[in-house]
Amino acid sequence: MGRTVHEKLWDSHFVGWRDDGLGILYIDRHLLHEVTSPQAFSGLAAARRKPWRLDTNLATPDHNVPTTDRDLGIEGIDDVVAKEQVATLDKNCRRYGIRQFELTDVRQGIVHVVGPEQGATLPGMTIVCGDSHTSTHGAFGALAHGIGTSEVEHVLATQCLVQQKSKNFSIELTGRMPPGTCAKDVILAIIRMIGTAGATGHTIEYRGDAIASMSMEERMTICNMSIEAGARAGLVGVDDTTIAYLEGRPLAPSGHLWKEAVETWRQFVTDDDSVFDASVTLAVDDLKPQVSWGTNPELVIDVDEPVPDPASFDAAKAETAERALAYMGLNSGQALTELELDRVFIGSCTNARIEDLRIAARIAKGRRVCSRLKSAMVVPGSGLVKRQAEREGLHEIFKSAGFEWRDAGCSMCLAMNADKLVPDEGAASTSNRNFEGRQGHLGRTHLVSPATAAASAVAGRIADAREFAA
Amino acid sequence: MSTAVRPDVFRVHTGDVLPLDRANVDTDQIIPKQFLKSIKRTGFGENLFDAWRFLDFGDIGKPLVEREVNPDFVLNDPRYRRVSILVARRNFGCGSSREHAVWSLQQYGFKVVIAPSFADIFHNNCYKNGLLPIRLSEAQVEFLFSRALGERALKLTIDLPSQLVCADSIEPIAFEIEHHRKRQLLHGLDEIGLTLEKSDLIRDFEREHRKSMPWLFA
Ligand code: SF4
Repeated sequence: MGRTVHEKLWDSHFVGWRDDGLGILYIDRHLLHEVTSPQAFSGLAAARRKPWRLDTNLATPDHNVPTTDRDLGIEGIDDVVAKEQVATLDKNCRRYGIRQFELTDVRQGIVHVVGPEQGATLPGMTIVCGDSHTSTHGAFGALAHGIGTSEVEHVLATQCLVQQKSKNFSIELTGRMPPGTCAKDVILAIIRMIGTAGATGHTIEYRGDAIASMSMEERMTICNMSIEAGARAGLVGVDDTTIAYLEGRPLAPSGHLWKEAVETWRQFVTDDDSVFDASVTLAVDDLKPQVSWGTNPELVIDVDEPVPDPASFDAAKAETAERALAYMGLNSGQALTELELDRVFIGSCTNARIEDLRIAARIAKGRRVCSRLKSAMVVPGSGLVKRQAEREGLHEIFKSAGFEWRDAGCSMCLAMNADKLVPDEGAASTSNRNFEGRQGHLGRTHLVSPATAAASAVAGRIADAREFAA
Repeated sequence: MSTAVRPDVFRVHTGDVLPLDRANVDTDQIIPKQFLKSIKRTGFGENLFDAWRFLDFGDIGKPLVEREVNPDFVLNDPRYRRVSILVARRNFGCGSSREHAVWSLQQYGFKVVIAPSFADIFHNNCYKNGLLPIRLSEAQVEFLFSRALGERALKLTIDLPSQLVCADSIEPIAFEIEHHRKRQLLHGLDEIGLTLEKSDLIRDFEREHRKSMPWLFA
């Protein structure tokens, strides 16, 4: 019987068994940020342990950083507690000699944007980070897991993770996406279909001709939100697109090693006769722009569909739907396109790469952000994404349309910094979580694609991006 | 010899049940993001379920006495003043990987969480800290809710060695737990120490791995 990509990754990183019968998995890349690492470093120090291997670690502050006045560096952080956290990452990285892209480094950014951009994320790797959206890196044919702080410490100390192998879930995507829709609409439609716990205990492999024709940025958007379907990881097999993206990246191999690596990487595809534990298929031909109306990422509808009636859900989900309606200030039957917004957020590890900004800029070009909006913010995923966008003149398009052009970070995706919604404000957001209060206390989030977000900024309400597609 | 932070040891625990009648309780709700700025491992109990427990917006350093309590949230119900066992609906702990969610539940006083299903990362984080997550069927959880919503709090005894959930006047409910997880909780094992016992194995693997993927060691 053939093996899936996931099984090949597992087998090639399996170290052996512990005395308690648990499997030990070797980790090739460990990404760190300021929020989930401080307690791991102090645990390490308390036990007088040292990192097993330094060169696999790469750190950058992202969750807690301001998106203005970047040249001030750490002094630009007003919140003293947040400042201490970022300073602690600096201190820990210096103490142990871990490579970090500090706040003022142009390579700083959201850890899941930085990894691939630098070529720190490579096919055939096992990758971990104390962050659930580590699944993003699976787009490269890597096994990428989000882990907790105890595991961050464990990986620092042992270079390994103690794991049980997850099951294999195949999601086959077929057909061609219609104009006005994006990879974000695909993943929202998937979560809507299988639910927030649909892939619990599984590693998802995205397959099919629709995935094969997608760019790496699009694949990353899809893998990123695997966790929102409950999956442990999401991935795509290696192909020419993967390899072309990586060539020449600073941390990717070069010269004869590049050739050798490419040969190895090509093996990380699923064999034809592999068997999956679960599978679904989604034809994307008739896909419409997707918008979340509720407070978890499966509560999603087509942009032109009315807000559903809680009574139409099964009993177990009706109450959640009821609560969500009340929290979001919506009525069933209402059209989302009638909904006036307060803010628009274009950013996050789901949708803040250069292609996402290009999509938004294409719609923003020659148009104006609706004057009623309190803000429409564009937050690039990294300093390098920002620089690239500026080379292409995208910042001028955004600024002259009335968008704010910010510095890189997680920003209003989780609203740990100053970028947030105030109670009852509604936002169209390209991020990945619409939980209660996620983007600010009592704030209301609608998850959308970058095209829908840009169109909505212009309209001042949730808009149908297809009407803006050139 | 090691001074590692070890998880709590768990054997048998008796306590009151908090019936939290919600599905998909995400870790953002368990401990909101503003409290994640702390670099410490303690002090999270006060802000467990902060946005649900209080009507005003909480932040690090805001004293509890100044907070506006939400009388409608179940944790503020006088019946549930001394709870240590949380019962909730499916997919508990979804969302962010923040281990702070487990720390805040424990530091508030919870020893056990019972639900029909858990999100993977949260479930894993529980064991690392000695919080016991128990999966029961939807029907069993429904039954516990019906008992826990009575005039007085429901008292349960969780017996890990015999894998039973017990209470006066109900049939003991058996639960499943993987063998290694059970050992981990019963003994409060130092996870890192256990893996480091296999240091030679890891080094051997590393040597071979370097041969097959040398660019990972460049
Ligand atoms: S952008 Fe949002 S989801 Fe992504 S790592 Fe940052 S906070 Fe997490």
